[in-house]
Amino acid sequence: MENSEIISIKGLVKRFPIGKGYFTALNGIDLSFDKGQFAGVVGPSGSGKTTLLNIIGSLDSPSEGVANVLGQDVNKLSTKKAAILRRKHMGFIFQTYNLLPVYTVFENIEFPLLLLKMSNSERKKAVMDALDWVGISDKVKSRPAQLSGGECQRVAIARAMVKKPALVLADEPTANLDSENSYNILQTMVNLNKELQTTFIFATHDDKVIKYLKRKILLEDGKVKSDNIITN
Amino acid sequence: MMLSLKLAYRNLVGAGLRTWLNVFVLSFTYILIIWHYGIIDGWNLQAKQDMKDWETGNGQYWQQNYDPYDFFSFEESHAQIPQSFNKAICDGTITPVLIFQATIYPEGRIQNILLKGIDPNQKIISLPTDEMNVVSEEIPVMIGRRMAKNCKLKEGDITTMRWRDVNGTFDAKEVKIVKVFNCNVPNVDAGQMWIPIKILQEMMQAKDEASMFIVGENHEINYSVLGWEFKSYDYLMTEVDEMIKMKKIGGSVFYFILILLAMLAIFDTQVLSIFRRQKEIGTYIAMGMTRRQVVGLFTVEGAMHAILAIIVGAIYGIPFLLWQMKIGFTMPAGTDDMGIAIAEKIFPVYGGGLILFTVLLVIIITTIVSYMPARKISKMKPTDAIKGKIQ
Repeated sequence: MENSEIISIKGLVKRFPIGKGYFTALNGIDLSFDKGQFAGVVGPSGSGKTTLLNIIGSLDSPSEGVANVLGQDVNKLSTKKAAILRRKHMGFIFQTYNLLPVYTVFENIEFPLLLLKMSNSERKKAVMDALDWVGISDKVKSRPAQLSGGECQRVAIARAMVKKPALVLADEPTANLDSENSYNILQTMVNLNKELQTTFIFATHDDKVIKYLKRKILLEDGKVKSDNIITN
Repeated sequence: MMLSLKLAYRNLVGAGLRTWLNVFVLSFTYILIIWHYGIIDGWNLQAKQDMKDWETGNGQYWQQNYDPYDFFSFEESHAQIPQSFNKAICDGTITPVLIFQATIYPEGRIQNILLKGIDPNQKIISLPTDEMNVVSEEIPVMIGRRMAKNCKLKEGDITTMRWRDVNGTFDAKEVKIVKVFNCNVPNVDAGQMWIPIKILQEMMQAKDEASMFIVGENHEINYSVLGWEFKSYDYLMTEVDEMIKMKKIGGSVFYFILILLAMLAIFDTQVLSIFRRQKEIGTYIAMGMTRRQVVGLFTVEGAMHAILAIIVGAIYGIPFLLWQMKIGFTMPAGTDDMGIAIAEKIFPVYGGGLILFTVLLVIIITTIVSYMPARKISKMKPTDAIKGKIQ
């Protein structure tokens, strides 16, 4: 595994206005992530996991500090440049799958490639590969409403991975899944991490996910409590 | 743009019944506007043609005092036929008309009428004046069906007519209805009686006089005839043009309401879409669409209703519009008495301009209406939108 840094966070603070005051969700975070890491930000609800992921994903901006993601300072990115960064280099996996309800499985997975203006044949090949990775090639014409939770999350993974991004951000990806589906999903992600060298960052408090992590960052009250590399 | 179109089409078709309901309402708007404007344009053309054929010809020379809207002017608005017109009269390119007032007594009732003298052999307008070329003890006259209906007169009826000549002498004689003609132009029918001009000139002691001349084809207009003014065809059609304009304005209120209803449906769908699809909007942004692209997508989605409506409207609208063009639209009973030139059946005329204007109008309004609620997207926080939080 290469040891190149793709995310560097220094003195990150994020405050949200509440009434006349502020709520500090992240308070002085210093972190860095290397290419190909399979890392998780863990901690109880309200500890700032999702906020951190949102900032890394350039969906939100820091109140203070610097978040450099894939060579770009998130704080200095225009909304357009942030969108281009996400479009080209990031994949997202959400707790509630966030599949586009009127699209078929194929169309959902194809969507990020449409934004990249890939040719028809390239798109088709990439989607079929992604379907193979997650093992739902037989559901290609189904719509999200016709799929189980596990299948939906597989589609979401395929959608996040289809463009082979440098970074995948997964926010509580197994929270809505049973044990069996959770393990299958996680195994798929581990395989993709190994195969494609994609960096995975999870926000989770699910033990099933934590078991698979190679790096565990514990967040409490907006601060990094511990940051451990797990070697087994 | 192509991407937005592609995605918008997928989203719209995927939305199913809601889309098709909006599309149907919009297509109905298209068809109704095109049909109604077609009817008015068809009416306009028919009315003008009928008026040209039956009343105005290609224009008219009016005696300088003649005012068709002032009955009191008729006594003063006749003069000797200018010598310069004699050749044209002989050639049949103009025909004189003498106008006076008279009173008839059908079934003993008093009825004031306009008495119009015309050459029975004229061929300029379609009035069947040759029907007055009969030998009869009574004066041969003809009337239109409206006049016949109002006065309860029919062909062959004899009634008394009383008039006052240019010297102020009253006289009376029996007249015989030799023809009841049917035409769509009330201006040559209602309250009027047509009589051979020579007889009228004799009755009124107005030998070789006329109130106006109707101009036919191939007549070279003479603008410098002393005491006579030429009124062009366009001038004589001003009344119809004004009426059609008013009808169109009146119709516009109807279209406005119709478009408003269709737009309300689109606006409502857009607002509901943006409210219900926040998670989807957040997902689009997370996947790398710019806010502008998402606003564009939702705008195109809304505007595409109008495009789909063209296709749906064409499927059922083109056969309907063509069928109407072929069989015409039967005007409701009573329109005949409205005092305007109107046929029993109106054949709509659909111009390319009308169709293009209607289509563009609906597309532009739909796009604006779709864009207005979509602007809200640019103010959404993607982090909240992803979770479907109402903003």
